[in-house]
Amino acid sequence: MKLREIVNLLDAEIMSGAENMDEEIKLAGASDLMSDVLAFGQPGLILLTGLTNPQSVRTADIIEAKAIVYVRGKKPDADGIALAQKKKIPILSTQFMMFKACGILYRNGITGVSDPKDKS
Amino acid sequence: MEPENGFIQEFKVKGGDFSKAGSISTEIKEILQEVGIDSSIIRRVAIASYEAEMNMVMYSRKGEVSFILDSVKILIKTSDEGPGIEDIDKAMQEGFSTATDEMREMGFGAGMGLPNIKKHSDEFKITSEIGKGTNLSITFYLEQQNKQ
Repeated sequence: MKLREIVNLLDAEIMSGAENMDEEIKLAGASDLMSDVLAFGQPGLILLTGLTNPQSVRTADIIEAKAIVYVRGKKPDADGIALAQKKKIPILSTQFMMFKACGILYRNGITGVSDPKDKS
Repeated sequence: MEPENGFIQEFKVKGGDFSKAGSISTEIKEILQEVGIDSSIIRRVAIASYEAEMNMVMYSRKGEVSFILDSVKILIKTSDEGPGIEDIDKAMQEGFSTATDEMREMGFGAGMGLPNIKKHSDEFKITSEIGKGTNLSITFYLEQQNKQ
């Protein structure tokens, strides 16, 4: 699914990276815990999180996430947006709660990252 | 600087400076991308060095990261001045953490850091002295056949 479809599904505001809305997204991961995103993240995922500090953007860059969706109406601070622009990571903000945002994406064919047990 | 046996760069880390936390790992990642290292290796190096960098920012007063790239391997060495780790075996268990609420609010301190560094590296060494600090040596081989 293209990122622009995710914007529509989540009724999201584009905070940065409007030029990258044709990015193809297949995979999502959701967590407020960056430790776990680093441990379980897979390249190319879209990261759903409620953590708005610059570390959320830094973590997304390190794991090679394709975009970040901030849930619960949260928005990153200026440092976070500046870093996202520099690293060319699109940022969306949705009013939906984490569970609802994940449910909508899952129902529309976005899959989750592997469960820890699946990993060799 | 570029000695004959490879590329070495050293970085300084300031404890508690969360605004810059992760910037060293980003820089290392960019260097590896420029050199044209395989992307799956870059990702492993970036994750491990970011975890190590966050640990230093969270727990230590200050520290240093050395990044060494030669024809065979990538080596990340860290040394910090900090509280040290009382029980390394425990610290290596997933879920064990001595993080403060402040660190957890940052999205870290879930007890995944050191095990995650080990998981993503080919070789991982840790030494620590209470009241002095902690040293890590994290190696990634460019070709899997060079793995020891």
